[in-house]
Amino acid sequence: MKAKDLLGRRGEELAAEYLESLGMLIVERNWRCPDGEIDIVALDGDALVIAEVKTRRSLAYGHPFEAVGADKLARLHRLGSAWCRDHGLRLPLRRVDVIAVLDDGVGKPTVEHLREVL
Amino acid sequence: MALGRAYSVALVGLNGYIVEVEADIGQTLPAFVLLGLPDASLNEARDRIRSAAQNSGIPLSRRKITANLVPASLPKRGSGFDLAIAMSVLRAAEDIRPTGRTVFIAELGLDGRLRPVRGILPAVMSAVQAGFHDIVVAHANAAEAELVPGAKVRGYRTLARLVFDFGADPQELVLDLAPEDEPAGTEPVSVDAPAPDMCDVSGQAEARRALEVAAAGAHHLLLTGPPGAGKTMLAERLPGLLPDLRDTEAMEVTAIHSLCQLPSAGVQLVRRPPFENPHHSATAAAIIGGGSGLPRPGAASRAHRGILFLDEAPEYERRVLDALRQPLESGELVIHRSAGAAAYPARFQLVLAANPCPCGKASGKGLECTCTPFMRRRYMSRMSGPLLDRVDIQLQVDRVSLADFGQSGGAEDSAAVGARVLAARASQLQRLQPWGMETNSQVPGRILRGELRLAAATTRILDHALERGVLTARGYDRVLRLAWTLADLAGREQPDGNDIGQALSLRQTASAAA
Repeated sequence: MKAKDLLGRRGEELAAEYLESLGMLIVERNWRCPDGEIDIVALDGDALVIAEVKTRRSLAYGHPFEAVGADKLARLHRLGSAWCRDHGLRLPLRRVDVIAVLDDGVGKPTVEHLREVL
Repeated sequence: MALGRAYSVALVGLNGYIVEVEADIGQTLPAFVLLGLPDASLNEARDRIRSAAQNSGIPLSRRKITANLVPASLPKRGSGFDLAIAMSVLRAAEDIRPTGRTVFIAELGLDGRLRPVRGILPAVMSAVQAGFHDIVVAHANAAEAELVPGAKVRGYRTLARLVFDFGADPQELVLDLAPEDEPAGTEPVSVDAPAPDMCDVSGQAEARRALEVAAAGAHHLLLTGPPGAGKTMLAERLPGLLPDLRDTEAMEVTAIHSLCQLPSAGVQLVRRPPFENPHHSATAAAIIGGGSGLPRPGAASRAHRGILFLDEAPEYERRVLDALRQPLESGELVIHRSAGAAAYPARFQLVLAANPCPCGKASGKGLECTCTPFMRRRYMSRMSGPLLDRVDIQLQVDRVSLADFGQSGGAEDSAAVGARVLAARASQLQRLQPWGMETNSQVPGRILRGELRLAAATTRILDHALERGVLTARGYDRVLRLAWTLADLAGREQPDGNDIGQALSLRQTASAAA
């Protein structure tokens, strides 16, 4: 595994722990379909949460949040529908969250969470 | 929910409106949204501000920034809002303390430098009128902004220095930019060429006299004559005869010039009447002002309180010449474009120069002229009647004679003539003050034939000419105006019969054409 993939995996791990600490239920991780991948699928009460995790070592190439553009959000929305279809579920309350993890490998990683960006 | 607020000024023509910039930082994905009818250069402000803040050591929030320019319905353009937007966003993030009623007008460089913008003088004037006295501008604009009485101007070189003064944490700030990075000046090097002097003109006693009268009474002037007679030379010497602009006039002129050019280092009030000399291929938009979006001032407005010289006047497009009738009447140009209407002052003294015919030889006996009478008539008729109607002095300039040409020196210089003009202006002002006018050229016929009526014995030749139909009613008034100026130049209380006679002779081509 390459270093960048290791970093991403560690970030997703941290993000999942963080969501659980908020009382959410992690339903599935790294769900893939031909259109792409959902990092974390979780349930927050009645709402289905499609979470995208972005991990960076530093801010040198911009903040992780800045890497989530309009097309990425649109895809996450589509993937949310696809996930529901795939599991035969009808969940009208659906939202997309974005989680930024900053981990320089030395200090304690920071996790930032934006709820309902779409 | 954080909200920041800062003020700036939007210029519509020469009128400025206070614009309130509100900034809000929302808890969602990073974005920078600019609301309130920004144009392209203003929309680019988002990227300039982000870089400038980053490079000043006070990066903007990495959340969704919404900046709104109120009133939203007023179209805004240009880069002068950069600083106000940056300050409101930084305030929204609570990086600085509230800016209160301070007005910010400057463009931001990517390195965090404050760069000068056009139109600082009218913008600051409007801000002070609206009750906003604290003004922050780029250092290069400070001298110009300080011309406005009542403005407390602070000029800054960098964003970092400015936010430091507004209480930003100095630890991260990049306070000192390397001086060698100072961008090369974009300012043109202005060389003040000495104004051409009257003593260069040999002979042409009549034309010299006409020029003096035109300067004294601010009368519009038409010079016709063959090529080489010295029409252009004479016209270029008219500004040198005019008195310095007074404070209010100087502010108006400087404000227009501030809109037209980027500030140079040593900005000061324009004290000398401007001289605009557009080429005859100029379009109506170039002369009266125009352009897409909000119109910009043209040559007529740049000649405000000075001289608009149209050399080879019949060569201009007719509609360009006729477009000048409105400002000649009202002293103002209102130009409408998609983004709104702008009003620019345009109270200029019009000087027209023309050849007598297309080949230019139809003066004197005109034996060498190859033009048909029809061509000649059509050439002169390009200057429409209504336009020429407003030109008080219409003078034929002939080629200088050998006797005069040989004589060099001895001619009066501009300073001596200018002194007489100044005295004549003073007596006009004193007489015309009750009606709120300054020069004889402004006096309407109603007053000339009413309160300022001359004795019947004095105006006998005129009355006679009117009776015989040689002179129109409007022509009658114009002769009266000129006569008053002649009397003012001679230091007489009132025009006498002699002045009337001379005034008649200053309109010779018009009567010849009639």
